[in-house]
Amino acid sequence: MPMHPFTRRGFLRSGAALAGAAAVSPLSMRPAAAAGDLTVGFIYVGPKDDFGYNQAHAEGAAAIKAIEGITVVEEENVAETTDVQKTMESMINFDGASLLFPTSFGYFDPHILEVAPKYPDVRFEHSGGLWSADKHPSNVGSYFGYIGMGQYLNGVAAGHATKTKKIGFVAAKPIPQVLLNINSFLLGARSVDPSITCQVIFTGEWSMAVREAEATNALADGGADVITCHVDGPKVVMETAASRGAFLCGYHADQSPLAPDMYLTGAEWNWAQVYTDMINKTLAGEPIDNFVRGGLADGFIKMSPLGPAVSDASRAQFEATKAEIMKGGFAVIKGPLKDNAGNVIAAEGQAFAETDVTLESMDYLVEGVIGSTS
Amino acid sequence: MGPRLDGSTMTDHGITGGVHSAPFQAWLAPVARRAEAVVLPLMALLVGFAVFSLFLVVQGKSPAEFFGLVYKAGFGTAFSWQNTLSRTAPLLFAALCVALPARLGLVVIGGEGAIVLGGLTAGVLGVALAGLPAALALPVMVAGAAVIGGLWIGTVGALRYFRGVNETIASLLMAYIAIALMNHLVEGPFRDPASLNKPSTAPLTDALRVGDIPGWDVHWGLLVGVVACVFSWALIDRTTWGFAARIAGGNVGAAQVQGLPVGRLILGFTALGGAFAGLAGFFEVTAVHGSANASLASGYGYTGILIAFLARHNPLAIIPVAILLAGFEASSGLVQRRMDLPDATTLVLQGIVFVAILISDTFYGRFRIFAPERWSKP
Repeated sequence: MPMHPFTRRGFLRSGAALAGAAAVSPLSMRPAAAAGDLTVGFIYVGPKDDFGYNQAHAEGAAAIKAIEGITVVEEENVAETTDVQKTMESMINFDGASLLFPTSFGYFDPHILEVAPKYPDVRFEHSGGLWSADKHPSNVGSYFGYIGMGQYLNGVAAGHATKTKKIGFVAAKPIPQVLLNINSFLLGARSVDPSITCQVIFTGEWSMAVREAEATNALADGGADVITCHVDGPKVVMETAASRGAFLCGYHADQSPLAPDMYLTGAEWNWAQVYTDMINKTLAGEPIDNFVRGGLADGFIKMSPLGPAVSDASRAQFEATKAEIMKGGFAVIKGPLKDNAGNVIAAEGQAFAETDVTLESMDYLVEGVIGSTS
Repeated sequence: MGPRLDGSTMTDHGITGGVHSAPFQAWLAPVARRAEAVVLPLMALLVGFAVFSLFLVVQGKSPAEFFGLVYKAGFGTAFSWQNTLSRTAPLLFAALCVALPARLGLVVIGGEGAIVLGGLTAGVLGVALAGLPAALALPVMVAGAAVIGGLWIGTVGALRYFRGVNETIASLLMAYIAIALMNHLVEGPFRDPASLNKPSTAPLTDALRVGDIPGWDVHWGLLVGVVACVFSWALIDRTTWGFAARIAGGNVGAAQVQGLPVGRLILGFTALGGAFAGLAGFFEVTAVHGSANASLASGYGYTGILIAFLARHNPLAIIPVAILLAGFEASSGLVQRRMDLPDATTLVLQGIVFVAILISDTFYGRFRIFAPERWSKP
């Protein structure tokens, strides 16, 4: 994949992991084993060039390779079983890794929680988990971003682009993170035109190309002319939707190379900045907070550049909304709002800001979303 | 004498003028036959390694480095052994689920379904019985996992025997159904409301978790798996049931003419294989995950197919082969990290070895060195 050069140097040929790494790495020609040297391990649940969840993390890993004294080791397609426990231990034992980023949600409980107490000198940073001081080891931390805001901005662009007033969402599983994205996408579109509806189809799996293609085709058949998704690798959804003439809103990473003309914008992770911050703190000997969250303003997420199909009116509202979100305290879920079964979610005047922890246990689809969580 | 011989009997050769005396051959023939069963798969393994080395050389990678890393990460250190052995347990059970029906000539490839449902059953029963003492609850969970696994694969056997449905396709399709059923139940009726972004059953209490073998970083599933393999070997090699199954596997018509209970054999062996696969799920939930969720479907059932074929469906041979394959998998991470080879490299190796073993099957009885009764022939 030419636009994503994850070339890894052929380091670590000798057995002595840490000393070997320092000696072979082209960045550390100075005497080996300087105090600042750090080996960082990244573990991905799928391929790291999936145009999605794993690629977003791998781009973050690629960014920190450039930092002096840092050696990055990576492993992809690691299952959420004994496999990941042993991969973590292998990186510690064979590569001398002292900071690990096991990036899949399912790695947290029980796998990281099982391994971390055995290696108190190693730091385990997990994406998406809910670390809590009274339950979890202190050498474990969790971090995540308010990417629902990105889906809200996707919705603004979609609201302007749709002609049928029907937009579509291909979703993996009806879990809180995904539901928040679906609701945000529709509410963003409804900020443009309150008559817009969003059809959602759940595939039931994080990565299941055939069903993602079927779902996308079904959405297009039903008249949806802007489509986004929340699955691990959005490539299939994007290519299928573009072939059906629908506009695209991306997710996880930048999918504009897949269909430049149809791509409106996308909600992307910006792990490069998050990881660079964490590495710099570690190198400086400062602790990383155990519970880290951030949004658009903190640089945890970013939007893909607006595509050629985005109109001037759309661009204006998109930028204005983005500026509003950057100020902080923006609420997507705010009253009066009902779910799509008629229950009141938020009364008049009630609002849930992006930082509200109750959003992390969302179990409803808002009015205007066509679909069901069960 | 065994069916692998060339059809003639040894007394024939003894009478018709062999150089060797008949008693000498009588003890030599079974030894030679066993040697053949060991040497041919080993040769196939070596040929597989050689072809795979070519594959590496073509990509500009060093085979020596590759096998060095496999040794180091799979078998070279105490940590490597624990890594390998902790991956072995589910593979032993999964391979038995293929090997037992295979002795009847059935190719069952859907053990994954029984693993998933066995694990789900253990998880659900564990939650329901949380108030009971572990000494009562654990046996019920074991039995539940084994019964559900046995019913699932036993159904494959029943479809085959009563309706003539191809067991290979049926078991594979039923594995997909099992995974979908597990996902539905874990995300619906049996979901722990606290499992927000990873739908799971409620976590088991500590009393219902199966721990490690003392002094090792490997759970008890490994020992139980080894016992299951020895038990299965004894069943096949040392009982009349096993003898009858081997007859039926060789020639169903002949077995029926002899009055052997082919139907009961098929149901029994498929159900037993499924019960073992169910146990794999039990140990995944109680020793690894602590609750049942989508991580149960992680492909052990499919690796088990490869192991059973490599072991030529001999339950004792499954033990070393499973350890070897687990060692490959334990090393795949280090290979990825050190040699910059993709994760699929281990799959390529497994695939090449699999083909080599299948081809080696056609060489049985072709080498005179393994057939003492033919040594005297020109």
